[in-house]
Amino acid sequence: MSFPWAKHYEPKNPVMQWVDSRLPLPRFVYNAVGAGYPVPRNLNYWWNFGVLAGVALVCQLITGIVLAMHFHSSAASAFDSVNVGIMRDVNAGWFLRFAHANGASMFFVVIYIHMFRGLYYGSYKAPREMVWLLGVVIFLLLMATAFMGYVLPWGQMSFWGAQVITGFFSAIPVVGDWIRIWLLGGYAPDDAALNRFFSLHYLLPFVIAGAVILHIWALHIPGSSNPTGVEVKGEQDTVPFHPYYTAKDGLGVVVFLILFSVLIFFAPDYLGHPDNYIPANPLSTPAHIVPEWYFWPFYAILRAFTADFILPAKLWGVLAMFGSILLLFFLPWLDKSPVRSGSYRPMYKVAFWVLVADVLVLGYCGGSPAEPLFVILSQIAAAYYFAHFLIIVPIISHLETPKPLPGSITEAVLAKTGA
Amino acid sequence: MAIEADLAGPENPRRRDYLQFAAVSVAAVGAGVAVLPLVNSMNPSADVLAQSTTEVDVSKIEPGQAIKTSFRKQPLFVRNLTPKEIAEADAVPVSSLRDPQTLEQRTAKGHTNWLITLGVCTHLGCVPLGAGEGENRGPFGGYFCPCHGSAYDTAGRIRQGPAPKNLEVPKYNFTSDSVVVVG
Repeated sequence: MSFPWAKHYEPKNPVMQWVDSRLPLPRFVYNAVGAGYPVPRNLNYWWNFGVLAGVALVCQLITGIVLAMHFHSSAASAFDSVNVGIMRDVNAGWFLRFAHANGASMFFVVIYIHMFRGLYYGSYKAPREMVWLLGVVIFLLLMATAFMGYVLPWGQMSFWGAQVITGFFSAIPVVGDWIRIWLLGGYAPDDAALNRFFSLHYLLPFVIAGAVILHIWALHIPGSSNPTGVEVKGEQDTVPFHPYYTAKDGLGVVVFLILFSVLIFFAPDYLGHPDNYIPANPLSTPAHIVPEWYFWPFYAILRAFTADFILPAKLWGVLAMFGSILLLFFLPWLDKSPVRSGSYRPMYKVAFWVLVADVLVLGYCGGSPAEPLFVILSQIAAAYYFAHFLIIVPIISHLETPKPLPGSITEAVLAKTGA
Repeated sequence: MAIEADLAGPENPRRRDYLQFAAVSVAAVGAGVAVLPLVNSMNPSADVLAQSTTEVDVSKIEPGQAIKTSFRKQPLFVRNLTPKEIAEADAVPVSSLRDPQTLEQRTAKGHTNWLITLGVCTHLGCVPLGAGEGENRGPFGGYFCPCHGSAYDTAGRIRQGPAPKNLEVPKYNFTSDSVVVVG
């Protein structure tokens, strides 16, 4: 499971010895995120984001559990329990609520950077496919959790978001309407939907935590990748996770918390939508329904389909939106290049940055009203998104001549420092 | 002797396989049956279904006017069509429609001037405009959804935009000339 030179857990404290011989949990932690886990010595700051995602998850769990103590999951009182109770009456409730709402945004910022890190450095390639697949599962769970959480304050955007998202399922031929009514427990979002969303919003983070454990477990079999993409060849290529990367990740956590604090204390509503301070009204649709920013690229793909072609446009939109994420499951087999890191792949590197720009364009379109210009732009960007994974990446892996790889991680590090 | 034969005999492994298969099957069916009430509990409950009829008094709605009310917690549009609007709807060739239906099929016999539909856009569920006083009725004079620009005609049929189907017509029944029971 680990490199043969990994340090062994040898507790000096008799209490820890007693515990370790009966339940080797301290040993497990030591080998997972302690000195017992040898890590490539050349990781850059883009490798902070896995730990940061874990920090974000813990923040969400803690603030969420306390918020749940004050929240009423009923359509009649949910809005007031958040906007009057928690925001005004509960001691420090405003802080918990803003930390939780902005914590979701921070979580997605971190997750998106973490995913693009994986894309650039080819972290999804053999032997780390399972790490990538589990990561996509976590991403899907995260999106479901975030969506259901956004519904809970029962404002206009909460309500209409629930209406639109559950409306996706009515696009399924024949059984679609039945599935939607089953999901909502009624004909429109109401008490039944709010209660089950609350139940699932509380459950899913623990499912995510479980999936994260599997994600880290799968990572620890081959060990972490690194910016050169060259595998570890010997002890000189690694350093123990603790204290080297606990310190490096610690710096990242400090920066993360500073940015998080800026959001909470100085711009708590910047990423939110003012319409969500209007109580849900089933008889009036907001003029411009938008999801939270982290769903914008996918919302743009959904809306990019405007013409029927064999299947109705609406079904195409829903299929494409889910497809854009499910596509990621196939990436390890679409990219056939044996070279992992984008730093040694001149063509892939360009394609990567074009993809980043493409997703930003999709995001911009998804957050804008469905005007003709944005619709056309989303159509082009959505087509490019699929082309990147299905056409460009497979072709590049055949055409490209990669740059020569360094002989080892140590060689790359020494070449860089000029020693 | 018997056990050895069970394990090694040419036909005997099948006996064990059979027992195992039968046991696992019974357990699987049992687990499946146990899931049914869990899944079924998520269907609309009795109190939700109990709200499934709504009585509307239409005597105050003048021709050309519409009201917005609520049916099963969803918006319901009740509109008194003018003869001109009826003529417009009837003039459209049915074969040219995305979801081909005539106005007659979408209204009650003898009450063709009453267009009663859900106010739920069949695209993604927004409430279209056009039932309220002075609201934009869109290019076809029926309803217009502001979310993604679906336009419905005076029979509530989809004519333009991303929505795949006509506005849904719920089951309803005129109990007198001025009272309609929806649901």
